[in-house]
Amino acid sequence: MRIELVKRPEQSKLFSALSPFIALGLTLVAGAIMFSLLGKNPLDALYYYFIDPLREVWSLHELAIKAAPLILIAVGLSVCYLSNNWNIGAEGQFTIGAITGSILPVLFPQFQNWTVLPMMLIMGMAGGAAYASVPAFLKARFNTNEILTSLMLVYVAQLFLDWLVRGPWRNPEGLNFPETRNFHEYAVLPEIWSASGRANWGFVFALVAAVALWFMLSRTLKGFEVKVLGQSPRAGKFAGFSSSKMVFFAFLLSGALAGLAGISEVSGAIGQLRPTISPGYGFAAIIVAFLGRLNPLGIIAAGLVLALSYLGGEAAQISIGVSDKVVRAFQGMLLFFVLACDTLIHYRIRFIGMPAKTGEAAQNV
Amino acid sequence: MFESILITIATAATPLLIASIGELVVERSGVLNLGVEGMMVMGAVTGFGVALATGSPWLGVLAAVLVGALFSLLFGFLTLTLVTNQVATGLALTLLGLGLSGMIGESFVGLPGVKMSYLYIPYLTDIPYVGKLLFGQDPLFYVSILLTAGVAWFLFRSRAGLTLRSIGDNHTSAHALGINVIGIRYLAVMFGGACAGLAGAYLSLVYTPQWIENMTAGRGWIALALVVFASWRPWRVLAGAYLFGAVSIGQLHAQALGIGVPSQLLSSLPYLATIVVLVLISRNRRLTMVNTPASLGRPFVPDR
Repeated sequence: MRIELVKRPEQSKLFSALSPFIALGLTLVAGAIMFSLLGKNPLDALYYYFIDPLREVWSLHELAIKAAPLILIAVGLSVCYLSNNWNIGAEGQFTIGAITGSILPVLFPQFQNWTVLPMMLIMGMAGGAAYASVPAFLKARFNTNEILTSLMLVYVAQLFLDWLVRGPWRNPEGLNFPETRNFHEYAVLPEIWSASGRANWGFVFALVAAVALWFMLSRTLKGFEVKVLGQSPRAGKFAGFSSSKMVFFAFLLSGALAGLAGISEVSGAIGQLRPTISPGYGFAAIIVAFLGRLNPLGIIAAGLVLALSYLGGEAAQISIGVSDKVVRAFQGMLLFFVLACDTLIHYRIRFIGMPAKTGEAAQNV
Repeated sequence: MFESILITIATAATPLLIASIGELVVERSGVLNLGVEGMMVMGAVTGFGVALATGSPWLGVLAAVLVGALFSLLFGFLTLTLVTNQVATGLALTLLGLGLSGMIGESFVGLPGVKMSYLYIPYLTDIPYVGKLLFGQDPLFYVSILLTAGVAWFLFRSRAGLTLRSIGDNHTSAHALGINVIGIRYLAVMFGGACAGLAGAYLSLVYTPQWIENMTAGRGWIALALVVFASWRPWRVLAGAYLFGAVSIGQLHAQALGIGVPSQLLSSLPYLATIVVLVLISRNRRLTMVNTPASLGRPFVPDR
């Protein structure tokens, strides 16, 4: 049997809407098979992954905490990917944003008033954007492959954080643990509604960023420029758009959002810097961006789905003893299915059996 | 002393060399597979596990090669048959490989692995200064050199290699000439996967015979960078791999000597070196323009 693609005359609206759901469905089926292979009851496992975390209010707060960085990073990445700039170093920009944002509470702990938090957030965004400007500059100036440079900088950022928390920034009052001092109360991102759970303002930032970028992409000239330069740099040039300015725009924007995600995570959820501050949010956000079909509003939903998989991973580890390593395998499968299902938007798929093929060939002659 | 340093450099360079030679063939056929890291780490975990279960490092290597090739078929099916975006699909392969290998290898953490023994030829290996370097290394070192020579011959001296390069430069014309573009690309992708799997097995059976999660530590990405650095030429890949081997061994020695520089800075040197090298090579636009396969990363749907 052979698979043949037939180009649709125009994009299928039906499959544009359906493809993420088909992909999710297929991931659930593949997940069920995987759990059976691991010797677990697949229905139990899927229940703990995707239903159990939604049953309690405090757990919904945890969902918002995990979704916030994913959505913030992914909406920035959507602008990058739509404009054909492959920033895959968001994890590094997240890390640097967390570091630059933490300068005030770590190095100047005596400086305590209400101006600290806004300054931290701005410094976090500036740090993330500055770090993203490195691959952007190298791409615009030297035509260097941004995929490889942005990724290499992830490792460098993580090693830099490791050095800081073990060396110069280590808590002088902590018992030699590799961590900075705890942030004082003015440096902690407040909770939205502390009576019911821990969710902090990071989630609000994420929603605001997503709506703002949705508006920018769908309603403004800048958004049009992003898409034109992404699909046809030549057409963009004739329209007077500058490719190298777009490289900087996309990288600085996504870097700033990743930096904001970093400082929000450290300030809101952790409260200090540690050698590891992210369970791979910067990479999972790539999956979120594609699952949301690079549409900021879709990304809100996609971010919640991926956040659910993190929470479900924790729940399943406690309740049925499935390793939390399964989560990342799950997320990888999801991206595969998403990409495969997106084919349906542009092509019809025909399955051709071998005998039918000869018959068809004869007809064509 | 000098000889032993050269041997350790070869040990660090060999996995990079094997993985980049595989990727070079893939890219010469016009396909950009960014999943090298994922295929490599799958090879590492498979090689370790099979060698542990059977006690034979060679069965581990064989299994790693097979798993690498099979794993790359996932990428091939999506990008070649379903014509998905190659960059995104390669990333997906890496994320899936890192996730799956972590899951599979969880029970291997902390277990002592099986180490592949070094070659020993009486008299030849005992020659002072060069004996160990030439005749006393691990068998996969020799495989990597043969692989480089074989690929260089295949690409530039054989008819099949010419066909493969023609697909990479212009898939539409190649298709019009009656060449099976997609079929050959499938084979190239699988060769790349097999090489990445072998490179992974080298890490878990020779370089550090144990399983650590994410033990490839970005080597798959460095291998990708090496292909660009080498401007898609096999022997330049070898030179690049040994340059990187020297950088990573140099920083290990510097850490051991304790020269007062933070170890994290030294550890980041290979990554920084990758960036510097990429900048140097891509500054020269003429060199990259001439050598880059013109269809690299472009989707191909045959018109019927």
